[in-house]
Amino acid sequence: MSHQEFALEDLKRILLEGAGAEEGVDLDSDILDTDFEELGYESLALLETGGRIEREYGIEFDDDAFAENRTPRALVAHVNGLLQSA
Amino acid sequence: MGRRVVITGIGVLAPGGIGTKNFWSLLSEGRTATRGITFFDPSPFRSKVAAEADFDPELHGLTPQEIRRMDRAAQFGVVTAREALADSGLDLAGFDPHRTGVTIGSAVGATTGLDNEYRVVSNDGRLDLVDHTYAPSHLYNHFVPSSFAAEVAWATGAEGPATVVSTGCTSGIDSVGHAVELIREGTADIMITGATDAPISPITMACFDAIKATTPRNDDPEHASRPFDGTRNGFVLGEGSACFILEELESAKKRGARIYAEIAGYASRCNAFHMTGLRPDGREMAEAITVALAEARMNPESIDYINAHGSGTKQNDRHETAAFKLSLGDHAYRTPVSSIKSMVGHSLGAIGSIEIAASVLAMENNVVPPTANLHTPDPECDLDYVPLTARDHRTDAVLTVGSGFGGFQSAMVLARPERSMA
Amino acid sequence: MTAKVVITGIGVATPNGLGVDDFWAATRIGKNAIGPVTRFDAAQYPSRLAGEIHSFTAEDHLPSRLIPQTDRMTRLALVAADCAFEDAGVKPGDIPEFDMGVVTASTSGGFEFGQNELKKLWSQGSQYVSAYQSFAWFYAVNSGQISIRNGMRGPSGVVVSDQAGGLDAIAQARRQIRKGSKLIFSGGFDASICPWGWVAQVAGGRMTTSDQPERAYLPFDADASGYVPGEGGALMILEDAEAARARGAANVYGEIAGYGATIDPKPGSGRESGLRRAIETALADAELAPGQIDVVFADAAGSPDLDRIEADALTAVFGPAGVPVTAPKTMTGRLYSGAAPVDVVSAVLAMREGLIPPTTNVTLAPEYDIDLVTGQARTASVRAALVIARGQGGFNSAVVVRAVD
Repeated sequence: MSHQEFALEDLKRILLEGAGAEEGVDLDSDILDTDFEELGYESLALLETGGRIEREYGIEFDDDAFAENRTPRALVAHVNGLLQSA
Repeated sequence: MGRRVVITGIGVLAPGGIGTKNFWSLLSEGRTATRGITFFDPSPFRSKVAAEADFDPELHGLTPQEIRRMDRAAQFGVVTAREALADSGLDLAGFDPHRTGVTIGSAVGATTGLDNEYRVVSNDGRLDLVDHTYAPSHLYNHFVPSSFAAEVAWATGAEGPATVVSTGCTSGIDSVGHAVELIREGTADIMITGATDAPISPITMACFDAIKATTPRNDDPEHASRPFDGTRNGFVLGEGSACFILEELESAKKRGARIYAEIAGYASRCNAFHMTGLRPDGREMAEAITVALAEARMNPESIDYINAHGSGTKQNDRHETAAFKLSLGDHAYRTPVSSIKSMVGHSLGAIGSIEIAASVLAMENNVVPPTANLHTPDPECDLDYVPLTARDHRTDAVLTVGSGFGGFQSAMVLARPERSMA
Repeated sequence: MTAKVVITGIGVATPNGLGVDDFWAATRIGKNAIGPVTRFDAAQYPSRLAGEIHSFTAEDHLPSRLIPQTDRMTRLALVAADCAFEDAGVKPGDIPEFDMGVVTASTSGGFEFGQNELKKLWSQGSQYVSAYQSFAWFYAVNSGQISIRNGMRGPSGVVVSDQAGGLDAIAQARRQIRKGSKLIFSGGFDASICPWGWVAQVAGGRMTTSDQPERAYLPFDADASGYVPGEGGALMILEDAEAARARGAANVYGEIAGYGATIDPKPGSGRESGLRRAIETALADAELAPGQIDVVFADAAGSPDLDRIEADALTAVFGPAGVPVTAPKTMTGRLYSGAAPVDVVSAVLAMREGLIPPTTNVTLAPEYDIDLVTGQARTASVRAALVIARGQGGFNSAVVVRAVD
């Protein structure tokens, strides 16, 4: 696979494509440690985002991946962990 | 009190229970009809189980022409509408077609037919500009599922108002509720009503996979649907139909009809919250229940049995439990609650009508059907869910509820017409 | 209880106008909006004309969170809902949430959204199907999304009766208000001009194969050859007349005064179509005699057999050429569940201006004994209008709209 690393910019792009951005939330501000829910992404948006990441990066999330990784920083790290062990 | 509406005929087609008798046997014996999917190769899917009906349309009197032009869900609807009409005796007694209407509920219409025809005209998704020369003329009937209501009208001879009611997973209650309103207001005297869905197709499995709404318990299909159980992890997709003959009480009495139950109250509310999510407090469903009881002029204490939506998703079963407590108070703890989805799966828009049929049969037999597969209590679901085996229980009034995507929450109260009213 | 139910807000989006002002400015002068299909290459199909909405950019009106999860017809409906609220001078929150509901009609749901997901399913695999597919295409989506966006938790619903559904939804909304709701949103939107939707419509066998926008959709014309499909619709805010007066509603467009619906007997039975009965029921419900109706907005199917049935029903009820009849949908094509709500909007605007919008492009065939308003708009005092809508399968619905003093 050509995708070796998953960066915050990749996550932001996928979030925008799959779920847009909540009014009043600037994804370009410092969001690394902000809860997804605070960013306006509820479970459905995260399921769509998760599905897109899985397909683009050829990985598979556990059912509770988004429950356990509730911020962009945690999710990016989690995805990179999966990519490395792939 | 104005015109009152009663059920005088029932037709059911459910997985493991085609025909009202077989359906009640399944429920009262607590058997499950969920199994590994056989309709197509389920291996690519996260959830590979479903409650499939072993249905042979020819055996149920459909002509080759009818079978060709109708989606499976339409076929189900026609079969149960005919069964209901025969059960009511109106097919022989005759009725005024102009005063007889049709409402049929369906959440996803001809989704299976559309899935099949799409594969053909797109050459399995290869063509963007799909090929009309491969499209059969009945594709339009799949495109617009009001064809279901037309088919039922044609099959029964109704010529009054007709429509399909499509409010997602509450369609089966809302369709019957709509029919009740038409009789009460005097638009119709007889309604042929109910719901049908036949959604077990790849596109449906895929869309519920994507939101992890269906269970991945593929290693134990017979015990995969576990409403209110601590180990529940999603619903099992089902299919089927139930139809009813509704009549105005006095004219039903006059012709000596067998009266199963009165539809005493009905209400629907929206959560205005989320297309798939539920507010944990159950407020909207509680509101629907309260309004339905008020319409029935009944107190919460008069409810003998709650036929729950009980889909077996984590959030639904909690939401619903909260709604029962909010609307019925302490009486919620004293009332048996069960989910027949544990046995026949979740047939989306159809299930609300199938559950009305189960509720009426519970009254008829004074037996409450069980919640199958309920072994491990969930501390957040702390009512009496009638685990595993049916229970003899005097049942004069039933509350049945539904909850669905789009935020719709519906409640219906069924009671004996001769009850005393508050 | 028979509370008066009035229209107090309108949101409309059709091929010839977005918003009430644009729509009426175009409709009153007979502005044609039928043209070649541009949303995909229709060259290979037997029918190639449509009424498309060209000037709508959802992103200009809706939050980006809603875009990935909505079909075009839902985006149009959500924007129309916003307009209707603004028009009515009601803000979400002004009225208790449980007293407001949404009853819409749908014909084919979010068919284009469904097309894209079916394509992914079969060409790429089930894991490519969107998390939004479970609701974005289904018939209930507009009622759900409108209720969520506007905090409406009262009785809601969705009806599907092909093109007749637009009136069935309005009738159901009126029913809910009579049962005690204060405000119900009603109407319908459809937008299935995509290859998969097109093929399904072609399969119905009633679309014209003409390539001339001005000679394609010609109801009651000797050259009638079928219909042109369009996209769009209208949403209306309906309120109890007393409640609307009490809150000082700025616009009271008209009253939903009568309704009737029937389904035709099974084809081949030889029994009469139910259309006349639907019309008579609606008139009786409104307590109006045929002579009190000032204009009929016809269903205008555009197929000779169906036009014949409608003309016969109108002649039977109103007498030969007994009432002005018009079909402004000749400008836009047939909008499915959106068509009749748009006609209801036209009816109340016709009352307001005293002007019957024209049926465009049509020369009335001598065989029809109706007074069809062709060519240009006709000045007339309009106090009561009848709107007719029919759906494939034999659905007939009729609504009487009456002016409010």
